[in-house]
Order: sequence, then structure tokens, then C-alpha cells
Amino acid sequence: MRSTVATLLAKELTLEWRTRESVPAMVLFSIATYVVFHFGLDRDRVTGDLASGVLVVTLLFAAILGINRLFVAEHEQGGFDGFLLAPVDRTAMLVAKAVALFCFLCIVEVFALPAFALLLLGPPLTQALPALVLVLLLANAGIAVIGTLVAGLAIQTRARDLIVPLLALPLLVPVVLAAARSATPLLQDGGAGALPGNWMAMLAIYDLLFALIAFAVFDFLLED
Amino acid sequence: MQLRGAGRRYGERAALRDVTLELEAGRTLVVFGPNGAGKTTLLRMLATLLRPHAGEVRVLGRPLPDDGYAVRGRIGFLSHEALLYRELSGRENLRFYARLHRVAPARVDAVLEAVGMTGRGDDPVAELSRGMIQRLAIARAVLHEPDLLLLDEPLANLDPAAAAQVAPLIGPDSGATRVVTSHDPAGGLQGADLALGLKAARVAFLAPTAEIGPAQIGELYR
Ligand SMILES: Nc1ncnc2c1ncn2[C@@H]1O[C@H](COP(=O)(O)OP(=O)(O)OP(=O)(O)O)[C@@H](O)[C@H]1O
Ligand SMILES: [Mg+2]
Repeated sequence: MRSTVATLLAKELTLEWRTRESVPAMVLFSIATYVVFHFGLDRDRVTGDLASGVLVVTLLFAAILGINRLFVAEHEQGGFDGFLLAPVDRTAMLVAKAVALFCFLCIVEVFALPAFALLLLGPPLTQALPALVLVLLLANAGIAVIGTLVAGLAIQTRARDLIVPLLALPLLVPVVLAAARSATPLLQDGGAGALPGNWMAMLAIYDLLFALIAFAVFDFLLED
Repeated sequence: MQLRGAGRRYGERAALRDVTLELEAGRTLVVFGPNGAGKTTLLRMLATLLRPHAGEVRVLGRPLPDDGYAVRGRIGFLSHEALLYRELSGRENLRFYARLHRVAPARVDAVLEAVGMTGRGDDPVAELSRGMIQRLAIARAVLHEPDLLLLDEPLANLDPAAAAQVAPLIGPDSGATRVVTSHDPAGGLQGADLALGLKAARVAFLAPTAEIGPAQIGELYR
């Protein structure tokens, strides 16, 4: 299983590197959204719960773009059939896709976070950064797992572009809620507050819950 | 390989009905039938990609869909689609499938050579001609030296020289049990032991190739 995941993941990252289909779109989308908020809110500094809400919700919407495209190559170029014909554990594809999406989200944030700090954030980012990275990593894990599950489901249907946000957004509400609440004290004026342990725990538990659900049902998604 | 009353639907429409046949190991079955007759459906069912909705299907001695996991790595499926990633080169695609099938990397070069694609093996599949893609698809299908070959119009888009070149891989002398679909009455019968005619999802004829003539095949398309 480990080597299958490694093989699939290497293929995933090579394809994204060649086509540059998902990550640049997600980066541009999030930066553009921060620009829009910058003017739409008519402020150049937001703090606390507003800051964390804008930060996290934008990243979630950007993620939808990547989720939408996650299985398109498999579907259109026969990757599913090729994979299903191989004598390998099918869960490997879930793991590889989720890890790939997780990596994409992390790369997006490398660009999106500075843009957010520059365009919107009041207090300096530097102090809050280590804790914020932790929050975002947990949020990325949740988005990656749920996103992979939803993408796998939606690719079988005709109205993929509609199904993905319709399913993913409600399922991701707890992730957004917990991530935004966790980040709020970090982005307060007058120095970063402590990480709220209960929200972080909730985020981690929700991630774990969906990882288990995904493990249980992903095989059936690929089956005819 | 054994089918008893096998059937498959897509939604309400039957794509294959009540197919009963038996094929001994090492033999070749050729499948004729007009567009939409159910040839590809039959092949996808044998490849474990579609589950049968009716009847019994045994492939390489194992019942489907329950034992699909046991036969998957022993089947070589050449479908209408090449099952290759367009942005990867032929060699990269084959290396990817070699890893999934736990085949030694040296085998990749061997099959590339055998289909005459060593020279263009490093070009992205998106930049190749249809015939070149078909050659790579054949290389992919035989990469893991399968015991059962399911070939959906294998010579489509191939020039005569290429068709001759791939014959040792997918022809009667490949040693594998074969199921081949064809629209070519004369060429299709060559090297086949058993001929199946499908029409509108049903079996029109099933007989040793010696008993089948162009007239019966022509009848299918009328
Ligand atoms: N994915 C699908 N969804 C719905 N119906 C399908 C699907 N695939 C095939 N069918 C239907 O099943 C029937 C048999 O199709 P199949 O592809 O097996 O035909 P075929 O004999 O391979 O034809 P061709 O010579 O054109 O390749 C057709 O009526 C077709 O419309
Ligand atoms: Mg067909």
C-alpha cells in the first residue's frame, strides 16, 4: 500500500507540475479575493474574528477549485480504469489524492498568507505565525479528506461543478468554524493570544472522523 | 472463462442479455456485432470493470465480481481509450503502470521496443498520433504479461506494418487466452477458435470459427 500511494502521489505531483492546473488557479483566486475584501470592506486592517473568518473562508473557496479538478484527469483520460485493473489496494488512491490536495493547499497558503497580511491583516503576522500554521495544517487535512471524498462522488455525476460546492461546503462548515475560532485569538490586536485548545481538539476530531468515514466508503465510490 | 446467462444493464436499457459461453485457456474468442451491440460491455465485464447484473461469470476460473481482486493483475485490457495520461510521456505512463503491477522497470523498455515506440517514447502522449497512442496502449495492456487478453478493436488506427509488429504481443501466438472484438469479418476470424455474434445485446451466433462464414457475419450488420 505504501509504495502504491507513493507511485500515485508522484504521478499526481508530476501532472500538476506539468499542467499547472489547480495550484495557480487557487493562488490567484485567494489573492484576488483578499484584494476584493480589501476594497469591499473598505478597510486595510482587520483583526480578531473578522480577520480569521476572511482568511479561512477564502482559503475554503479556493480549495473548492482544486477539489473540482481532483479527479478530472482520471475520469477523462482513463486513469480510473487503469488503476482499477491493477492488483492494488483501492484505498491507496484516496490516500494519494488527499495527500496531493493537502500539499496543494499548503503551497497555496505560502502565497495567500503574505497577501492576506499585506492587504488586510492589522497586527503583524510574524508573532502569530507558528500557531497559525498549526491551525491551517489541521484545516488543510480536513479539507483534503472531505474534498477527496466529495470529488470522488461528484466525478461520477454530470453536474460536477454544482455537486462539489453543494456537498463540500456544508460538510466543511465544522472545519471552517473550528479553524476560524482557533485562529481568532492569534490575529487579535495587541499581540497574539493563546491557541484555544477546545476548538483545536474539535478540528482534529472532525478530521479524524472523516478520515475514518473516507476509508470505509471510498472503495464503493470507485466500484461500478 | 465461463459465462452462464450473463447480462448487464445501463439504467433501464439492457446492454447485454443472456450470454452463455465457455472458452478454454489459451484459446481465442472473436466477437462481432454492429455499433452498440454490447461488445465493449462484454469486455468491460470480463475485465472486472463492470459487475454483471445477471447470470454467472467466471474469469480465469474465479467467479466475478466476488473474486475480482484475484484476477485483476492477470488481465490485460486494451480498451477504446488508451488509459494513458496525456501530459506524461509513453515511457512515464508505462513506468507508472509497471510500478502498480510490480513489474521490473526493464520490462518497460522491452515493450516500448516491441511496439516500435522507443524513438518517441519520451514525447508527451498528447503530442502523438492516434496510431502511436494505440501502440502505447498495446504496450500498456501487455506490460504485466497477462494470462487473459481483452482486446477491443486492437488494430484500430494501426498501419499494416504496425499491425504485424504487435502480432507477437497480442496475436494468437502470444500464449494468452484472448477475447477480441472486430468489425473485419476476414481478419477477425484469423487466429480465432470461437466466434460470437452479438446483435442488439443478444447472442446471434456462437460457433467454432470453421463453421462461421462471411454471410453470417454480414447478417449481423443488416
Ligand atoms: N456508460 C454507459 N452508459 C449508458 N449506456 C451505455 C454506456 N456504455 C454503453 N452503453 C450502451 O450499451 C449498449 C452497448 O454498448 P457497447 O459499448 O457495449 O457497444 P459496442 O458493441 O462496443 O459498440 P461499438 O462497436 O460502437 O464499440 C449501447 O446501447 C450503449 O448505448
Ligand atoms: Mg465498443
